Amino acid sequence: MLRIAGGRVYDPAHGVDGVVQDVCIQDGRVVADVPPDAKRIDARGMVVMPGGIDIHCHIAGSKVNMARKVQPEDHRQDVHLRTRLTRSGTGGTVPSTFTTGYRYAGLGYTTAMEAAVPPLGARSTLEELHDTPVIDKGFFILVGNNVLLYRLLQEGRLDEFRQALAWWLSATKAYAPKLVNPGADEMWKGQRNANITLLDQPIASFDLTPRKVIAAFIEAGNELGLPHPVHIHCNNLGHTGNYETTLETMRIAEGRRAHITHIQFHSYGSVAGKSADNPTSRARDISDYVNSHPNISADVGAVMFGRSTSMTADAPLAYMLRRFGGGKWVNVDTELESGCGITPFTYQERVYTNALQWAIGLELFLLSTDPWRMVFSTDHPNGGSFMSYPRLIRLLMDREYRKQEMARVNQDALGHSGLGDCQEREYSLYEIAIITRAGPARLLGLSGKGHLGVGADADVTIYDEDPDKEKMFSAPRYVIKAGELVIEDHEFRTDTEGRVFHVAPDYDPGVEQVIQPFFEDFYTIQFANYPVDLSYLPHHQVVPTTHQPAGTGA
Amino acid sequence: MIEKMMLIGGRSKDQGTSLCAGKLGPEYLDVSTIVEMNVEDMARLGLKANSRVRLRSPVGETVVRCKGRETKDLPKGLLFIAYGPASSELMSGDTAGTGMPISKNLDVEVEPVTDSDSTGG
Amino acid sequence: MSDEKTRTVTDATCTFCGCVCDDMILTVDLEQHRITKSQNACVLGKAWFKEHGIEKRPFALVDGREASTEEGIEAAARILAEARYPVIYGLSDTTCEAQRVAVSIADMIGGMIDTTTSVCHGPSGIAFQGVGESTASLGEIKNRADLVIFWGGNPAEAHPRLFTRYAVTPKGMHVPNGKKDRTIVLVDVRRTASTPVADIFIQVKPRTDFEVLWALRALVKGRKVDPSIEQKTGVPLAVLEDLAQRMKSCNFGALLFGMGLTMNRGRHFNAGALLALATDLNQFTHFVAAPVRGHGNVTGADNVVSWQTGFPFGINFARGYPRFNPGEWTAADLLARGEADAALIIASDPASNFSKPAIEHLHRIPVITLDPKATLTSQLSRVAFTTATYGINVPGTVYRMDNVPITLRPAFDSPYPSDEYVLTGIRERVRTLLGGNRVPAGTPLAASFT
Repeated sequence: MLRIAGGRVYDPAHGVDGVVQDVCIQDGRVVADVPPDAKRIDARGMVVMPGGIDIHCHIAGSKVNMARKVQPEDHRQDVHLRTRLTRSGTGGTVPSTFTTGYRYAGLGYTTAMEAAVPPLGARSTLEELHDTPVIDKGFFILVGNNVLLYRLLQEGRLDEFRQALAWWLSATKAYAPKLVNPGADEMWKGQRNANITLLDQPIASFDLTPRKVIAAFIEAGNELGLPHPVHIHCNNLGHTGNYETTLETMRIAEGRRAHITHIQFHSYGSVAGKSADNPTSRARDISDYVNSHPNISADVGAVMFGRSTSMTADAPLAYMLRRFGGGKWVNVDTELESGCGITPFTYQERVYTNALQWAIGLELFLLSTDPWRMVFSTDHPNGGSFMSYPRLIRLLMDREYRKQEMARVNQDALGHSGLGDCQEREYSLYEIAIITRAGPARLLGLSGKGHLGVGADADVTIYDEDPDKEKMFSAPRYVIKAGELVIEDHEFRTDTEGRVFHVAPDYDPGVEQVIQPFFEDFYTIQFANYPVDLSYLPHHQVVPTTHQPAGTGA
Repeated sequence: MIEKMMLIGGRSKDQGTSLCAGKLGPEYLDVSTIVEMNVEDMARLGLKANSRVRLRSPVGETVVRCKGRETKDLPKGLLFIAYGPASSELMSGDTAGTGMPISKNLDVEVEPVTDSDSTGG
Repeated sequence: MSDEKTRTVTDATCTFCGCVCDDMILTVDLEQHRITKSQNACVLGKAWFKEHGIEKRPFALVDGREASTEEGIEAAARILAEARYPVIYGLSDTTCEAQRVAVSIADMIGGMIDTTTSVCHGPSGIAFQGVGESTASLGEIKNRADLVIFWGGNPAEAHPRLFTRYAVTPKGMHVPNGKKDRTIVLVDVRRTASTPVADIFIQVKPRTDFEVLWALRALVKGRKVDPSIEQKTGVPLAVLEDLAQRMKSCNFGALLFGMGLTMNRGRHFNAGALLALATDLNQFTHFVAAPVRGHGNVTGADNVVSWQTGFPFGINFARGYPRFNPGEWTAADLLARGEADAALIIASDPASNFSKPAIEHLHRIPVITLDPKATLTSQLSRVAFTTATYGINVPGTVYRMDNVPITLRPAFDSPYPSDEYVLTGIRERVRTLLGGNRVPAGTPLAASFT
C-alpha cells in the first residue's frame, strides 16, 4: 500500500490538470484511499503523472538484434553498469534488452510497443521482451505484405482473409496488425529491388494494388473490433512529395479507424522544377486532415539530431538511406511475410533535409488541435533514441529554447517549413501528459493505462518540478510500476518484469485448413510449430476485442 | 623422406555420426585419425592405404593413417582430416586477434612412419 | 498414437546442425528410454537421435567422486564465487533458456563469456559488424533463389538437408521445378561429397578465396581484372567473368558460405569480401548471403549474448559492463595465454578441439562442465554435471542458422536435470555467496547500493 501525498497531479483522462491531490495504491492498482499507516511518498513540489507509454518503438526482435549486433562501436561509448540488483548492458541507439527496460523506466515510461515484428520472428521478440525489465509491452505483427493474405484477398475470399488475420494475431500473441509500405516486398524481393510508388500501381505477382490492400486491412481490423486499429506505415516514406500518398491513404479509411505512424516521415512536399533532394514541409495539409477526421490517429515520429539507427520493414527505404549511412547496410527477407532493412544514420543540423524533417516533426505537434490523436514518438531509434524524449518535450514546452535551437539549424530548410508560423505555441504539462500517456493509452485501447482513476494500473511517475523541462523529464524521482516502487530517489530498488499485452480475436478454426496447405508448400517450418505458446509470456494479459467479454490474463 | 603439404581440417559425415555416439568412443577416434592424401603423393612417399604417417606443425605432431584420393578430388600437396584430438595437436593457439585459430590450410610436414618407428600412435 | 511402451512424436526438431529441421517423426521406446526411429532425419540426425538414450552416469562428479546435482551446484558455485578471472564457454548445444542464465552468471560474477561462435563463424560476425549483410530466411531462398552459390563448405556431409529441404532441390513458389529452375555453383579447394550437386564447380587454390572474391567484386562493377588471376587462384578469368554475369542477371541470388572462409588465412576479410560482394550485387538484382552455421543452437547463442550485452561473443564483464574484444576475451586466446583462473564449460568440448596450449591451461585450473556425455573436457573437470539432452529430453527454444526461432518438442524424460536447471542453481547459490551481483570497486555510488 502506498500514498503519494501532496503532488500536483496530471490525469487528463479524468480532466485533472495540475490539481494537488493524493494518489493511493494497493495491490498494483489505483484505489480511492489507503489506511493512514500505508507507506507515504511526500510528493509536495512534485509533478505526478501516469507512467509514460510509447506507442511505437523498435526494441525487441530479430531486426532489432541485427541492428544491435552491427554497431559495437555505438555500444562501447555508452555503457550501462550493473548494480547489486540490476543487470549491466550497453546503450547507444539500440541498447541491450536489460538496458532498454531500465532506461525507459528511468525516464518514467512504463509501457512500450514494439512496432514491427515478422510473425515468423514473434518468438524471438517475446524472448527479448522477457529480458526487457520493468516495462509492460506488446508488439505489432507485419501483415501488409503477407503472401497468403494477399492470395486470399485477390481471390475475393474476404471472410477467410479476416479469419486468417485473426488466426495470425492469435497464433503469434501480437497486439495489432501493422502495414509497412504495402506491396513493396514483392517488388523488392521478386523484381530486382524495385519499389512501389503509387497507390493504384499493380503489385507484381498479384492482382492487387496498395489501395486494395490498405482498404481490406482497415476494414478487417475494424470488423474484428481490435483494441488498436491497423497501424499503417504508408507507402513512399521519406520521399519528396509523399504527402499526397499519405492524404490518399487516410482517405481510404472512409471514416473507419486507422492509425498512421511516424507521420512526420510522410509529410513532405516538393517544389515544381526542383530536384527530389529538396523536399518541403506539407505538415499543415497533413495536420488539417488529421485534425478534421476523428477516425484517424497518428504518432509523429519526430526527428532529433544526432545518431540514430534506421531499422524498418521497408527494405527499399533502407537501401535508399544506405548511401547516407556510411557503409553498413543490413537486409533481411523473411519468407512470405516481410522485408527488413537496417542502416546507421546521423541527423545533422546543417543538412537541409535533416533540418526540414526536424522542423516538420515540431510543426505537426504545434499544429495539432487534438493531442489525443497526434501523439508522441520518434519512431525510436529511427528518428532518434527514446533517450531524446526529454529534449523533445522541452522543445514543445519552451518556445525560447525552441527559438535558440531553430537558430542553429539549416535556415534554408526552416524557410521551407511552416515552423516559423507556429512558434508561439507551448505545450502545457497537461498536454504533455496527453501525448505521452493518456493519448497513446486510449489509441491502444489499454483501459488500465495512461490514467490514475480508481482501478487503473498503478504505473506512476513522479518528477521534481524544474523550469528546465529536459532536466525534469530526464530523471523522475520516483517510478512506480504495477504498485511497486521501482525507482526511489533516482535509484532502482527492485528489478521487476512487466507484462505482455496481446489480443486473441475469435476465428473460425476451419481457416487452419486454408492456412496449413500453404505452409506445407512454401514455409520452411512446420505449421504445428508456428504458433507461439504461453510459456513465452510468463506474465501476460489478453486485451479483448469489442466482440469479446473483458477478462483478465495471468 | 619428409615433404611439406597443406592440411585442411573439416567435418565429415562419419565424424558427425560418430561424435553423436561419444567423443571418447572408438569410432570417433578412428575417423578423426585418418588423413586423406592425393594418391600420387602417397605413391611417391611409398604409402599405401592405412599406412601410418606423421604430421608435424610448428606447435605439435601427430601420427595418423592414410587414405588415398584421386587428383581430381584432392589436388597434390593437399591433405584433409576430420576434426578431432589429432588435428588439435597441430593447431596453434594464435588467432591473430580474432578468436579463431587457423584449422584449415595448415602447413605441415609429412613423414611416413616405418614399422620400426615406435613413437607416436 | 501412443501405448505404454512406445510413443510417436511428430513435428519434433533435430538440433544436431544449424539446419534445425523441425519435421522429425520420432518413435520412442519408453521402456528403453531411447528413440528407435527418426523419420525425415538425415544421416547425421539419425545418429543424433539414436545415440542419445539414457546412459547410466553419475549425476555429478566432484573431484572425481560421484555426487548429487545439488552437491555439484554447491562446489561449482564456490569455484565461480572465488574466481578472479573466470570464463564461461560453449553454449551452442543447449537451449536459449540455458544460454540466458549463463550470460546472467557471467554478468553477476564479472567474468567473461564466449561461445563456440568464436571458433566457427566468429569471423563472419566480425565481418558483419564491418559491412552488414544482405540476408534472408531459408524459406525465401527455397521460394525464390534461381542462383545458389555454396562457398567453402561441404553441406552434403555437414548440413545434408540444406540441399534437400531448403536451398537446392525443394520446389518453391517462384522456382516450381526445384533444382531444374536453379543454377547451383560450388566453390571449394577440393572435391567433396557436395560437388556432384553443382552445375558449376570452381576449384580455387587454397588461401586465395579473398583474391577470387575481390576479383568478382571488380568484375561485377565492370572493372578489368588481369588474366594473371588464374595463375594466382587457379581459376581462369573467363570462369569468373561468367560467374559475375550469372550473378548480375539472376532474379534472386544466394551466397551460402562455410568455414572454408572463416577458419582460413584472411578469416573476417574473406567473410567481409563475400558479404560485400552480395551487397554490391543488389545494385543489379536481389542478392543475399548467409553463413552456414554449425551446431544446433549456435545461432541462438549469438542472439542471446547479443540481446543481453550488445555484442555476439568474446565478452568481459569485469568492469561492471560488457566489453567486446575478440582475440582478447575469446576462449581460445585467453586459455592459450594461460589467463583464466576458472572455467564453466556448457555443452562443449574444448579439451578435444582447442589448441594444445589452451588445453594445457584447462588442466591447470578448476573446470566445471555440463554435458550429457563424457568428454575429454568432462574428464579433466573439477565438477562435471551430467545433464539431459536438449531437444530430446529438454524443451526450450533453438534458433536455426537463419535466425528463425523454433520451440522444441522433447521425446522422453531424462532422469538428469537440464542445463538451465543446473545453471540457475549455480547462479542462485553464487548470488547468495556474493550478496548479489559483484560490483567492481570504483563504480559510482549511484549505481551501487547494498
